[in-house]
Amino acid sequence: MRSSASKLSLCLLMTPFVLWIVLLVLLPHLQMLRVSFHVRESWDTVTLGLEQYQNFFSESYYWRTFVRTGVMSLFTTFLTLVIAFPIAWYIAQLARGRAKGFLFLACLIPFWASELVRTYGWMILLRESGLFSTWLQALGLADGPVEMLYNDAAVIIGLVYNGLLFMVVPLVTTLDGMDENLVEAGYDLGGNHWTVLREIIVPWAMPGVVSGCIVVFMLTLGSYLTPILMGGKDSAWFTEQIFTQFITRFNWEQGAALGVLLLVLSSVIVWLGLRVTGQNLRKVMG
Amino acid sequence: MDSQPRTILTRTGALAAFLTAAVFSTSTLAEELRLITWGGYAPDDVVAQFEKETGIDVKITLSNNEDMISKLRATGGAGFDLAQPSQDRIIGVQRQFNIYQPIDLGKIDTDQIQPSMLKATEKSTSLNGKQYGVPAVWGTSGLIVNKDVADTVTDYTDLCDDAVAGKVSYRLKRPTLIGFAFALGEDPFAAYDDKDKYQSILAKVEDKLIDCKANVKTYWTGGDQLLALMRTGEVKAAMAWDAGGWKLHGENPDISFVAPKSGALGWIDTFALPRRSENVDAAYKWINFVMQPEIAAKITNQSGNFTASKGADEFVKADLRDAYRQSFDEKALNNIKWYPPVPPGLEAMEGQVLDRVQAAN
Repeated sequence: MRSSASKLSLCLLMTPFVLWIVLLVLLPHLQMLRVSFHVRESWDTVTLGLEQYQNFFSESYYWRTFVRTGVMSLFTTFLTLVIAFPIAWYIAQLARGRAKGFLFLACLIPFWASELVRTYGWMILLRESGLFSTWLQALGLADGPVEMLYNDAAVIIGLVYNGLLFMVVPLVTTLDGMDENLVEAGYDLGGNHWTVLREIIVPWAMPGVVSGCIVVFMLTLGSYLTPILMGGKDSAWFTEQIFTQFITRFNWEQGAALGVLLLVLSSVIVWLGLRVTGQNLRKVMG
Repeated sequence: MDSQPRTILTRTGALAAFLTAAVFSTSTLAEELRLITWGGYAPDDVVAQFEKETGIDVKITLSNNEDMISKLRATGGAGFDLAQPSQDRIIGVQRQFNIYQPIDLGKIDTDQIQPSMLKATEKSTSLNGKQYGVPAVWGTSGLIVNKDVADTVTDYTDLCDDAVAGKVSYRLKRPTLIGFAFALGEDPFAAYDDKDKYQSILAKVEDKLIDCKANVKTYWTGGDQLLALMRTGEVKAAMAWDAGGWKLHGENPDISFVAPKSGALGWIDTFALPRRSENVDAAYKWINFVMQPEIAAKITNQSGNFTASKGADEFVKADLRDAYRQSFDEKALNNIKWYPPVPPGLEAMEGQVLDRVQAAN
């Protein structure tokens, strides 16, 4: 009797989750997988085939954008980690009491505004007639207006900014639990800054590093607004091509194939990342 | 033991009946017109006046051609009661996706509409003897040029001139392909039915656009983005819509809209009924309402685009009329290249060209 009641409550508890996963994640993806194998012969006849995937490999601009998006996302993730680590260390280990909460809040505040607003903020700063350009001229560091927008560096700045919080939070959480005596012991045993960082701090923070990297990488790979608005004419980002296929070209079949490929890419890279760092999902997420 | 389930059942029945009644009564109480249209085509004051006169609630979704087609295609023509696609994008789409229903001209006050435009739209939106669109708003694509470079930039391909390097913008969309093709001395519209010929024209345009890429500051994607680029002077010349050019001209007389030497590209946006429209009557009411000269002039004043309404010109703001006359003399007006209906399949070819241009370095 008791076990059936607990079973029931478990079922009730799981229902929303299962519904969510099945209806909003699993089914649409299966549907997309099916559509990606469709080949449209004329407007009302469809056969199955690999044409969309062949297109991907035969048209160089698809896979070039694909590789570009992957590499830039990895670089963005790495840069985010390098910037976020000292911040997280300061918040977790050095800041005390009120300052700690305040710093944490400072990281959070930009995320009260939407991605679009944050991106426009950067555009106002970086554009030719923008703030930075004006300051540089006023300080005499530049002769004429400087264009800092519409290039890859601008895109990466925007993406790093968008990912920062999602890196800082897991890092702070893991670093928080670290006993500072461990660091002290490291120095006592003759370690220098570098060995202490490599042998003690990084291994301890590894689960946080990996989970932060996974989240930031996924976010970056799937972001749409920032690369388009800040990248300008060379923005080519893979999500943009998926959007174009679905919305502008009415070519759902090709769009679905590209979507599946993006999913495969992100899964493979995350799996590789876990493999290389010797972590597993349970440790990282748990 | 036996009575309990029955009460529950009757209760559920009553609840269901109550819910259905509630649903039906809301749908009959507040009559609704769901309009999918372009920015500026349904100004607030026009909507308010319509709601007051008819008691119909207007729900507006702002969109563009591709988005409109995608949305209607996803639902098989449901979700909206009235749409405003361009006339050249109706029958090709209708043949492929069957998302519109024929329009009944008997329910439209055709006396309010300019006869030449009505006729042109009838020709371009008819399929199997049925008409799918009536003209609403028209305009052109051409060049918005700052005075500094007005002597250099007189045609689409002049955007690739070294003198304007880095100060140029256009969209990566089909009008750019068409405009460049005309400026390169081709006639893409004549090649619409000859795929091989069209492909060869596109190849020429593709080379030109890839060559020209270094000149471009950024490919603009939204009207506001372009206006900001022109206002700040970051961009001196752009291929864009006439309405945007006139708006800028109003703010800064140095910027004007110019009809290119090889001809401005003319489009007509229509009214079309989605196949599963739930309130066709309200749609017809809206069409007849906004085509009244005074109402149509309000749309022109808001969007900058002229309408197909007969006699609306005299209610249009004077400065807008002047800007229009400055951009189009008689010769430029006759040189407008009107988009014919796009045959299916062309857009896939154009899409690949645009992708290649975007990805080129």
